[in-house]
Amino acid sequence: MKQARSRLRLVNAHTLARLAGESVRRLHPRWLARNPVMFVVGVGTLVTLWLTGADLLAGRPWGFDLAITLILLFTLLFANAAEALAEARGRAQAESLRSTREGLVARRIQGAGEEQVPATALRRGDRIRVLAGELIPADGEIVEGAASINESAVTGESAPVLREAGTDNSGVSAGTKLLTDSILVEVTAEVGQSMLDRMIALVESAKRQKTPNEIALTVLLSALTLVFLIVVATLVPFAAFVGGETSVPVLVALLVCLIPTTIGGLLPAIGIAGMDRAMRANLVAKSGRAVEVAGNIDTLLLDKTGTITHGDRQATDFLPLINLAPERLRTAALLASLADPTPEGKSIVALARSRGAVVEADPEARFLPFSARTRLSGIDQPDGRRLRKGAPDAIRRFVTENGGSYPDETTALVERVARGGATPLVVAEDDRVLGVVPLSDIIKSGIKERFQRLHAMGIRTVLITGDNPLTAAAIAAEAGVADYIAEATPEDKLEYIRREQAQGRLVAMMGDGTNDAPALAQADLGLAMNSGTQAAKEAGNMVDLDSDPTKLLEVVEIGKQLLVTRGALTTFSLANDVAKYFAILPAIFVASVPAMRTFDIMHLHSPATAVLAAVIFNALVIPALVPFALRGVRLRPASADVLLRRNLLIYGLGGLLLPFPAIKLIDLGLGLFL
Amino acid sequence: MNEVLLIYAVALLLAWPLGRYLAAIYSATPTALDRVFGPVEWLIYRAIGVHPLAPMTWKEYGKALLKLHLIIGLVALMILMQQGWLPLNPDGIEGMRWDLALHTTASFITNTNQQHYSGQAQISYFAHLFAIVSLQVITPAAGMAALVAILRTAFARRDETALTAEGAVSVGNFHADLVRAIVRVMLPVAFITALLLAWQGVPNTLEGARIATPLDASAGLAEQRIPVGPVAPMVAIKQVGTNGGGWYGPNSAVPLENPTPVSNFVETIAIVLIPMALVFMAGYLTGRRRLGVLVMGVMLSLSVLLTGINIWSENQPNAAFADLAAEGPNLEGKEVRFGATATALWGSFTTQTSNGSVNGMHDSFNPVGGASMLMDMFINATFGGVGVGLINFLLFLLLAVFLGSLMVGRSPELYGRALEAREIKLVCIALLLQPLLILGLTALAVAIPGLAGNSNPGFHGLSQVLYEYTSAFANNGSGFEGLGDNTVWWNLSCAVALILGRFIPILAPLAVAAHLAGKRVAPTTSGSLAVETPTFAVLTLGIIVMFALLSFFPVLALGPFAEYLSLAG
Repeated sequence: MKQARSRLRLVNAHTLARLAGESVRRLHPRWLARNPVMFVVGVGTLVTLWLTGADLLAGRPWGFDLAITLILLFTLLFANAAEALAEARGRAQAESLRSTREGLVARRIQGAGEEQVPATALRRGDRIRVLAGELIPADGEIVEGAASINESAVTGESAPVLREAGTDNSGVSAGTKLLTDSILVEVTAEVGQSMLDRMIALVESAKRQKTPNEIALTVLLSALTLVFLIVVATLVPFAAFVGGETSVPVLVALLVCLIPTTIGGLLPAIGIAGMDRAMRANLVAKSGRAVEVAGNIDTLLLDKTGTITHGDRQATDFLPLINLAPERLRTAALLASLADPTPEGKSIVALARSRGAVVEADPEARFLPFSARTRLSGIDQPDGRRLRKGAPDAIRRFVTENGGSYPDETTALVERVARGGATPLVVAEDDRVLGVVPLSDIIKSGIKERFQRLHAMGIRTVLITGDNPLTAAAIAAEAGVADYIAEATPEDKLEYIRREQAQGRLVAMMGDGTNDAPALAQADLGLAMNSGTQAAKEAGNMVDLDSDPTKLLEVVEIGKQLLVTRGALTTFSLANDVAKYFAILPAIFVASVPAMRTFDIMHLHSPATAVLAAVIFNALVIPALVPFALRGVRLRPASADVLLRRNLLIYGLGGLLLPFPAIKLIDLGLGLFL
Repeated sequence: MNEVLLIYAVALLLAWPLGRYLAAIYSATPTALDRVFGPVEWLIYRAIGVHPLAPMTWKEYGKALLKLHLIIGLVALMILMQQGWLPLNPDGIEGMRWDLALHTTASFITNTNQQHYSGQAQISYFAHLFAIVSLQVITPAAGMAALVAILRTAFARRDETALTAEGAVSVGNFHADLVRAIVRVMLPVAFITALLLAWQGVPNTLEGARIATPLDASAGLAEQRIPVGPVAPMVAIKQVGTNGGGWYGPNSAVPLENPTPVSNFVETIAIVLIPMALVFMAGYLTGRRRLGVLVMGVMLSLSVLLTGINIWSENQPNAAFADLAAEGPNLEGKEVRFGATATALWGSFTTQTSNGSVNGMHDSFNPVGGASMLMDMFINATFGGVGVGLINFLLFLLLAVFLGSLMVGRSPELYGRALEAREIKLVCIALLLQPLLILGLTALAVAIPGLAGNSNPGFHGLSQVLYEYTSAFANNGSGFEGLGDNTVWWNLSCAVALILGRFIPILAPLAVAAHLAGKRVAPTTSGSLAVETPTFAVLTLGIIVMFALLSFFPVLALGPFAEYLSLAG
């Protein structure tokens, strides 16, 4: 389903008609004024239109002027259509998400009772009750209860997910369906401020704010436009001085050909399409800037679980110390893991049972549940025996606190397991270590190649894991990441980000829990999982609706592609000018300055067809490049130098050469009629 | 041809150690020469009452630079207008008309030395020494100071940004940069050059004009006045400081300014010596040798290409001789003793470096040669004027960084510092000014009848006017001549082009450098745009050529190219 949605369908008959209407509507001066380059084209069109009218009234030939006027008009329309098309695609994407929440009714908690209100009446801070089978009416956070939810409306993923109050998976989105149970949700976004609303604003030209880089490029394009205005305006007295004549429509044509209409016309579309690509990847950016920053990321902090490995670490063996009966370790590990609901804990229980352990917990026993802080779980038996299972250093502390010693044998075992890439858990009883349980994790297929691509682009990847340093190192080596943070706490992450930033690096990370929030906020690109807590989602500047940890890699590529597309089309646009000079200048002067014929290296049919061919080429380039603008130019992973060389060749040299045959071809076609 | 290669080689070989020396001066590395120069500098600092170590923000630096030029400009203006009754005027030369004095002042405070007068006839010894030569020493030093400030602020490899006491970004101290350039570079280099020239026979005296009796009575001349004066030092500084303004109207075409092949060799090398040395200096001073190599590579390619075109063009026959039996190189307006190649080489060097001195008449070059020299001045960054040429180059480099970064998918960064809208705006202002002033003023001059005062109509007339404004804006100073250019219009309009063409392209990049230095530095990775690579050099070269061509192709086509094509028939 996701595949189908992300496939690019440019236009169909229905959208074509709407697009045409939208393109005409955007000829309004106020629209055009937003884009200096196209504004100049607009003024030029009016000038030639006026001249056409004047010629018509005066009985002079007016066909050529009209032709120029129409081509300029189409230049404008093509640019408008490109923008409208990008916008329509983005909006369709957003609307399909928004439609899921229209007409929803909420049960708002009012004092002791409940009242039914339309979802649009909900305010931030309201509490609502949602029952099984209902659609969740607003973005929010579960404050009570746990439930399984179908999020396919938002993510396109139909497998239900578990969301639970007080965990790192407490966030719910409007439009998703509650499958089981009943939950109490606190609304976290005002109407019109939800993630979806913000997302829609990013793809609507009227509301969209230009990103910093887009502004800088617009400045450059405006300056170039001014340069060409000066060039063309001064051509009149120069020509008069040497006895040449100039006609205004031809000069307007020359001006429009020279100013960077290609990139000027496509710039808004490129920006919108960048946001749209992010959205198609089910990413919600809070600002266009966030997507742009993604292209600059130097360091990626990646959670091991889910990103690099499948995340379900399984106990694979019981390794008792010498002189210890294997059953004893098995039983102790099982008992100590009963209070550990994590997949790892459950896998230990399951493995122990499958190996024949039959023990049940004593109802009198006191459980010590697993926590990320203590990093161990355990059970205090009524007979006074205290069993613990946990990370080696946690167990070492436990054993020594109980007056026991942590034998070298254990250390050796732990190291052996860790070096093998597995995670060692140590099981202890009071002051005595019983053995080690290795948890093995499977590295995702293709992840190593993906990291290699990132490294080629100069991005450092950092593995974050709760594992001990040895395991972390083994996995890091296997997955090919540059660095790792072992036994990572949220503080470690924050610290690491600060350190990287102090060295001037831009850091991206993904997180979901409330304790990730500071790090998400600190990171230059904080990507929060949609399943995460509200705190995490607010701290980050992007939200991943799929809650897919590998998404960070996609974000970076989308950001880079956005910038490359702008740069490549700017280069192309400017390089095109050379051929246009060779087409139009001889055409202007050939009658009065015969020597200029030499510059007509394309041997065009006539001055009129030469000018028309150049302007037509200039207009047609815009729709021809729309697919580039919308899809983004292809970004093959390579070092900057290789990328630059390739893009210079394709868009610089290509942009220099391509217009010559293209203009010649158009001229040949025109020559048949004129 | 061997002569050309030899001159390139010798210039580069001399520029290299000079560049190292310049870098040492500006990184304030203690040298043995401190004992000689230190006290002199100290005296100057005391005399003008400045503290040479006080850090300045870019605004303070720019203000100090402008203030200096305002003061020396006013002094020069007074001297030029009042030279009639001032001392050291053995030939009784009168004061200048106000507009000519204004143009001359603007021309000399901008390191241009565009001359709408003839030196030997219209400027007294006093004015030459105190208004002209002293400006010829100070202005290149000011350009060098600005370059050094920009390099050390935005390009140097260093751990921490220098700050003023208030915590703003410091770009250095203008007075120290200026005085060091004058005392340690301009004066010694000019002194050595002057000695070489005096040895070759260039006059060096404070006595008045010599009177000679022609041997050939049929010349109808009872006696000939031969103006002399302290010519050698002025010729030396005009060559080494990319000044160009000579003692005599025809500049180094006159045997008294350029008597021998050896003097021509020395003067040709002197044109490019310091501009080339500054490129070497940039590499050493910034600690980025590869940056120096990049700049040198791009500049040298452009220089060799355009010089090659010019030499080729001047070795073609003059179109006027087309039907004659004896064909040869174009020797119209050239000294036969130098020949076409040496004159073309000089012409290229002098336009590439914004020097403006000539040893032949550019007006008489074949059209393609003339176009190549116009191109030199449009680009104005192939070595370029002392200091400012490299600053111009850095502007193009910033543009290349902007486009190049986008093409590799990064937000634009120069050495890890973000290049944003504010910086791009400043770069654009500096770049936009060139077509605006050159094309705008040329258009005005040719559009209003009687304004231009051309000696030629048509294509060549257009080239003449274009050349004059291009030369003014590029702060070059050479002339196509053939213009009656000592008029109020020419003097004033050129003064505008001169001043804006000098100070905006200095101040805007200085501001950019300070802005950049205030930013966070991102580390360079294989994903960031590497500036010091051949690929980037090609991009920079492409941008330089494209910018010049796109702005000036139409006027080149209507001027020199149309002339060439119509001459070629």
